[in-house]
Amino acid sequence: MYTRAYKWIVSAPPLLWVGIFLLLPYALMLAHSFWLVRDGVIAHEWNLQNYAKLFQNPVYLEVLFRTMRIAAGVTLLSLLLGYPLAYYMSFQAGVRKDLLYQLVIVPLWVSYLVRGYAWKTILGSEGVLNGFLQYIHVTKEPVSFFLYSPFAVVLMLTHIYTPFVFLPLYASLEHIPRNLVEASYDLGASSRATFLRVILPLSLPGLLAGATFAFLLTLGDFLAPLLVGGPSSIMIANIVQSLFGTSYDWPLGAAISVSILLLTISLLFFTERLEKRWAFR
Amino acid sequence: MTPPGPSAEQAVTSSASGNVLLEVRNVAKSFGPREVLKHISLEIASGEFLTMLGESGSGKTTLLRLIAGFEQPSSGEIWMSGERLDTLPPYKRRVNTVFQSYALFPHLTVQENVAYGLQVSGAPKSEIPGRVNEALQMVKMYEFAASRPAKLSGGQQQRVALARALVNRPKLLLLDEPLSALDANLRKQMQGELKSLQRELGITFLFVTHDQDEAMALSDRIALLKDGGLEQVASPREIYAQPATSYTAEFIGQTNLLRAYIKDSVATSGSLQWSCAQPAGHALFSLRPESIHLLSVGPPPAGAVRFRATIRQQIFSGSSEQLELDLAGQLLRARIPVRGPLSGEQEFWFSPADAIAVRE
Repeated sequence: MYTRAYKWIVSAPPLLWVGIFLLLPYALMLAHSFWLVRDGVIAHEWNLQNYAKLFQNPVYLEVLFRTMRIAAGVTLLSLLLGYPLAYYMSFQAGVRKDLLYQLVIVPLWVSYLVRGYAWKTILGSEGVLNGFLQYIHVTKEPVSFFLYSPFAVVLMLTHIYTPFVFLPLYASLEHIPRNLVEASYDLGASSRATFLRVILPLSLPGLLAGATFAFLLTLGDFLAPLLVGGPSSIMIANIVQSLFGTSYDWPLGAAISVSILLLTISLLFFTERLEKRWAFR
Repeated sequence: MTPPGPSAEQAVTSSASGNVLLEVRNVAKSFGPREVLKHISLEIASGEFLTMLGESGSGKTTLLRLIAGFEQPSSGEIWMSGERLDTLPPYKRRVNTVFQSYALFPHLTVQENVAYGLQVSGAPKSEIPGRVNEALQMVKMYEFAASRPAKLSGGQQQRVALARALVNRPKLLLLDEPLSALDANLRKQMQGELKSLQRELGITFLFVTHDQDEAMALSDRIALLKDGGLEQVASPREIYAQPATSYTAEFIGQTNLLRAYIKDSVATSGSLQWSCAQPAGHALFSLRPESIHLLSVGPPPAGAVRFRATIRQQIFSGSSEQLELDLAGQLLRARIPVRGPLSGEQEFWFSPADAIAVRE
């Protein structure tokens, strides 16, 4: 058996890592959320004022709801794009499967920023999309609402998070034993009935995992609004960023962060329960 | 061995007697350059229990999948009751399958699994619960109706799979090695139940197995496949007593293959000689171990071939004695009634009628 000392030595690095880089920051954040700023200095006086502000000032809830709407939009669009793709690749693609898989993965190697800027050049008034629309005489003037709108944010984040939705979906579809599909046909079910009664229910855990990825990653995103969103699509993370930066109100920023963290954890908890129920094994 | 059904004694042919239900016409199947089935023609009679027997890779499962509709034949046609089957999608065929690994839907209860076929094929809603219960009672799984498949043992899953396939009242039931995952005792029990179920329902069974004992026990006829071709199609008794080829003789039961030279209606193999009706030349004969008898037990019939052999090995197997005989270098296997230890040289005989000429 291993000695006590050995056990301490091997478990110390990960424990330290988690302690210093995860637990400590969370503890600091939690502590800050109960402090306040007085005369431009953070005063270590315990109070609930920051949380009260969240509900008193409508801006915060408004932005939070907008963020959730954008996240829901991204989730829905990613599922609409990711599910057919995953289904096609798992059931129809045959020998092209591996190549297509690589094509889905490749964009993940490209920096998030680069992909963001790519959308800027596509959607901008001098961009590819406007140029094309003018070229085919659909529009005379550049259309300005493509860029700097919630639409642009949803579009960009959908592009970025679709692979994250695709991967768990594809994995869950790949895990469906093919003889279940054959059994369904054998018992008289058409392709449509087979999809609705066998494939879709069995892919629900993957679908849920993908949706959770897209929703939660969008919830914490602050770069897309900066790059392509404009003032009308400020998201909750942008507020946190500004509170920790130029606005210098760390306690309020921390309170918002803690709230989002709680929201995220309860969502994860909920989806985990659902996923377990739908696992059927 | 269960006694075979009334249709057991049939001619050595791939055509069925009685009403033909399924007809496989010159069907071939290749996967790329690999030819898995080589122009198979086979008829299955209505109400028959036909077993496709063969080693893995013999093409038996492929033929089953062609009939179920999961694969398309490369050439040839499949007909059922005067209707062309191979052009129909699987869900339009009145054929149901019991899969080797059962393929029960894990997200549905036993009841929902069995109801599935009725629901998707649009059976009247009021009929469904009754028919599901009936099917579950038939396989003695009624009390597990609300369980999920993962909670069931292999044998129980097997029963549910059977109920699920039978509830649609198919004309033809395909069974793809349904018992291979069960342990020996359960297997024997399920064999009996399958057989009586088939007789009761009168549904035609097409059964795939690699187990020759199972094939012998269950079938009205056995279709033996080898390398994608039909080796022989006959009743269990026929295929055992009159194997057409050396492969059949060795695959079904044990045998001694005697390489002989025939001249003037006398076959000579090593030190053995017997009269036969075959034309002159080289020939191969199958002689079952139980066709060799000990001379000291009783007088042989007229024309019996007598020979002396040294007993190399004797294995007691409960109901019989397995002997390995040495006739001056030629080895023969014999199976005789139990009679205690034997040793040294003994005299044996066999009847020339039991030496069956087989193709290579």
